Amino acid sequence: MNNALPAARTTPISRFGWLLADAWTIARRDLQHWRQQPGAVIVNWFFPIMIALMFGLLFGGAIAMPDGASYFEFLMPGMFAMTMFFGLEATMIAVNTDAAKGITDRFRAMPMNAAAVLLGRCVADMISSAIGLLILMVAGVLLGWRWHGPLTAALAAVGLLLLLRFAILWIGIFLGLSAKGPESVASVQILIWPVSFLSNVFVDTVTMPALLGTIAQWNPLSSTATAIRQLFVNPGWRGQAWIIDNAQLMAVVWPLILIAIFLPLSVRGYRKLGR
Amino acid sequence: MRKHYAGGTKDAGLNGFDLTVRRGSVCGLLGPNGAGKTTAIRVLATLLELDSGQAQVAGFDVTTQARQVRENIGLVGQYAAIDEIMSGRQNLIMFGRLNHLSSREADKRADALLEQFDLAEAARLPVAKYSGGMRRRLDLAVSLIVSPPVLFVDEPTTGLDPVGRREVWAAIRSRVADGTTVLLTTQYLEEADQLADRISMLKAGRVIAEGTPDELKGALGGDWLDIVLPLDTDKSVVMRIVESVASGPIQADDEANRISVPVIERTRALVTVARALADAQIEPQDLSLRRPTLDEVFIHLTSTNEPEAQLEPTL
Repeated sequence: MNNALPAARTTPISRFGWLLADAWTIARRDLQHWRQQPGAVIVNWFFPIMIALMFGLLFGGAIAMPDGASYFEFLMPGMFAMTMFFGLEATMIAVNTDAAKGITDRFRAMPMNAAAVLLGRCVADMISSAIGLLILMVAGVLLGWRWHGPLTAALAAVGLLLLLRFAILWIGIFLGLSAKGPESVASVQILIWPVSFLSNVFVDTVTMPALLGTIAQWNPLSSTATAIRQLFVNPGWRGQAWIIDNAQLMAVVWPLILIAIFLPLSVRGYRKLGR
Repeated sequence: MRKHYAGGTKDAGLNGFDLTVRRGSVCGLLGPNGAGKTTAIRVLATLLELDSGQAQVAGFDVTTQARQVRENIGLVGQYAAIDEIMSGRQNLIMFGRLNHLSSREADKRADALLEQFDLAEAARLPVAKYSGGMRRRLDLAVSLIVSPPVLFVDEPTTGLDPVGRREVWAAIRSRVADGTTVLLTTQYLEEADQLADRISMLKAGRVIAEGTPDELKGALGGDWLDIVLPLDTDKSVVMRIVESVASGPIQADDEANRISVPVIERTRALVTVARALADAQIEPQDLSLRRPTLDEVFIHLTSTNEPEAQLEPTL
């Protein structure tokens, strides 16, 4: 009577193939969401443009740039990094909603590799963030932002941004699995703002009180922002501290540290759903 | 199939839970909130680990052979676990693909299930627009994509209106007809009565009674006959009348002026009492038959000293 049941997956290669296929099926769910609710995803993609306009046009005039450079030239790389960080919300909400609605349980009760669920989330969020980043870069160009270095350096900068997003993704999965419900999700959403502002996304950290400035310099967001400003050859303030001098190194090290912490925590959190 | 779960401090844990379900039958797990019904289902569906003890589903151990168990079960959770933004058809196709049907097979199966569960018209609507009954039916359809030999259904009609409830019952019955083994949890006596071959009553994580619906009802003394009397009635006369039809201890509520009598042959008891009261020229304010409530079932079962006794019909 269970004639519709597919043949047992025994070889490691076919199991790996199914893992990828299942992950893609789960990722495609998000693409279908975009088609069903285009409004939500468009707001998500265009929100950072609004922030960029707000800061660039409303505050930008009051921010003096060295050598009279355009504030947008300084701001846009910061916005790129911040957008990657803001992806935390989307990941966390998606993971938490699935867990709360029992969809995660349904996946877990099916004969498929548990890793496919997490991998599917990764793929969907990375695609969404890559599209969001592309839209923001186009908007940046329209606002007067340019990259002045070679194309390879610009691509390296995009790579660093996506690496940051990948690290943030695992924080999002971990928080989404740990969050008790919409209330805890909301409190994380509020905390995202001060963490973004405590960085060099919008202003130079030397204008801040010394202690806060140091903390802001060590914010992983600052390392990525500084590194991509260097790679895009956009204005930035350099050479004030070790953490700034080694921004490109730290833009790789920080995400790797975050992944090393939160990937195992996420996998553990997923397994712990069964205890 | 035997399982034991002494889960943390939660009162919904399993405390020496023991159950055997015959292949191809429908077993109803009946109990109040916190009795451990959902915990039992989650253990059997490999979603929760046992602290101790063991359980087998379709011949496979839930701990050591979880993958084989998952290949043999369908799970309809307490909250319709479907994607609300996607359409019903998209949900079915996605879960079909995750069950490793080919793209064409998944399409075909989705359309067949939509037809079977009377959802074809709403196939392309987002699930958010479905009624409660439609969601549960879709949920049921999703868990039947590969016709699993064992189906777990956790409180399928909690929160549904009577129409939705009847729709879901019909959908479950159609599965039962083709030989699927079903383990169903419910808070409603009526639901267990409608769907289950055998009922296990659960309290504080253990089975306190087990039997067919008829056996359980017999053990409870069947129905209750409620008589509400005018204030100045001589109760001793009424008590003498009802004693002849009572199948158990009579309860008198002096404040409400009501006498409740457990009866087995419901209509005959009603007619007998009505005639006798008329002969004694007593006109009750109300005279009605009702089924025992779940509360009464539990009060009855927990008041006996042998909590695990098999129930036998009392008459």
